[in-house]
Amino acid sequence: MTFKERILSIQGQPLRAKGVDIIQVNIGSKCNMACRHCHVTAGPDRKQEMDRETMETVLDVLKDNTISCLDITGGAPELNPHFRYLVGKARDSGLHVIVRTNLTIFFEEGMEDLPEFYSNNAVEIIASLPYYTESEVDRVRGKGAFEKSTRALKKLNNLGYGCGSFDKRLNLVYNPAGIFLAPSQGALEDDYKRELRKRFGITFDRLYTFANMPIGRFREYLILSTNLQRYMDKLEDAFNLLTLEGLMCRRLISIGWNGVLCDCDFNQILGLTLDADCPQSVKNFDYLRLSERLITVGEHCYGCTAGQGST
Amino acid sequence: MTEYYRNEDLDRFGEIGKYHPDLFRKFMDWYNSALEPGLLSKREKVLIGLAVAHVIQCPYCIDSYSRSCLEEGMCLEHITEALHVASAVRGGASLIHGIQAHNTVQKLSL
Repeated sequence: MTFKERILSIQGQPLRAKGVDIIQVNIGSKCNMACRHCHVTAGPDRKQEMDRETMETVLDVLKDNTISCLDITGGAPELNPHFRYLVGKARDSGLHVIVRTNLTIFFEEGMEDLPEFYSNNAVEIIASLPYYTESEVDRVRGKGAFEKSTRALKKLNNLGYGCGSFDKRLNLVYNPAGIFLAPSQGALEDDYKRELRKRFGITFDRLYTFANMPIGRFREYLILSTNLQRYMDKLEDAFNLLTLEGLMCRRLISIGWNGVLCDCDFNQILGLTLDADCPQSVKNFDYLRLSERLITVGEHCYGCTAGQGST
Repeated sequence: MTEYYRNEDLDRFGEIGKYHPDLFRKFMDWYNSALEPGLLSKREKVLIGLAVAHVIQCPYCIDSYSRSCLEEGMCLEHITEALHVASAVRGGASLIHGIQAHNTVQKLSL
């Protein structure tokens, strides 16, 4: 059964948004890493990046519509030359700012003061750390990634991040390192907390467990290993009705590097635009129409509804 | 014999229920109930399954419980640690029978 059919069979109508509480911007696909599970297929050679004019429009939209949360992602968003400008302006406007960082970026040239920048701007950090052991992380993210990640986390801890303070929130993200589903968030969070503290003296606030989306570089891997159908079947079999209420697409708008509006970062990567009745660019942002829009769905959406959900 | 155990055969397990379906259903109910979290967590039960799978050397069970270990948030470090426990118990079971050998030798010796 297609995802669209599944939703119709359950609730008798298609999936709709329930507001726009968060704006997520993908400000570029350039990254210092090339992780094997990356749904953006980000890497050092990617060129697209959001320009300052588009950022200004995003900031205006946030201000005009009293949307209080800006979630910045990439690639490595820090590689966009206007990144710090965007964060600074958003904070000046009193917005809550979330940045999704890969941690290893802290050790690239010119990026050494990023932890202090984050701390000074009370940025909430969501950091990729697919596991708490070196072998698992380096296998997915490249040799040396784990060592850099733990060093970065220690820097953040020294600045007061990950110790329960509201304006120094440090959350980690687990992705399965292969063709299997994510475990229970609570149990794995306990493991992460215990092992990272015991092995490295690292603390953090929350762990999010996300399923790997069958798109981008992970999809290429599924195809090459002839596991695409098996993985899709697994996601479909694990469909959980209870995840529908909290799906991120129902409360968020995703904006691409060129200002295009999408229901989520995954749709953006797949080139799936908003419903035809909606504005398609941030320049034509219309809060009311977007708040109740029909959501564009595809088979990859089973990745967000599998098990305990992935948003 | 290289094709004796085939990956796709695990998905055919339900075919066993074609004959004596009532017995197969009872087995599956029992099996699923036994693996439900109780006083032992799902993770503990999966690790027991993995250990038993290796001791009885069932390829289907090894595949199945290795995957379950990953889905319970474990990695090769956990899996290998559990296999050492299983192997150590299995090795100890052989070694303790050395006492039977000693007893026999004592009976037969002057």
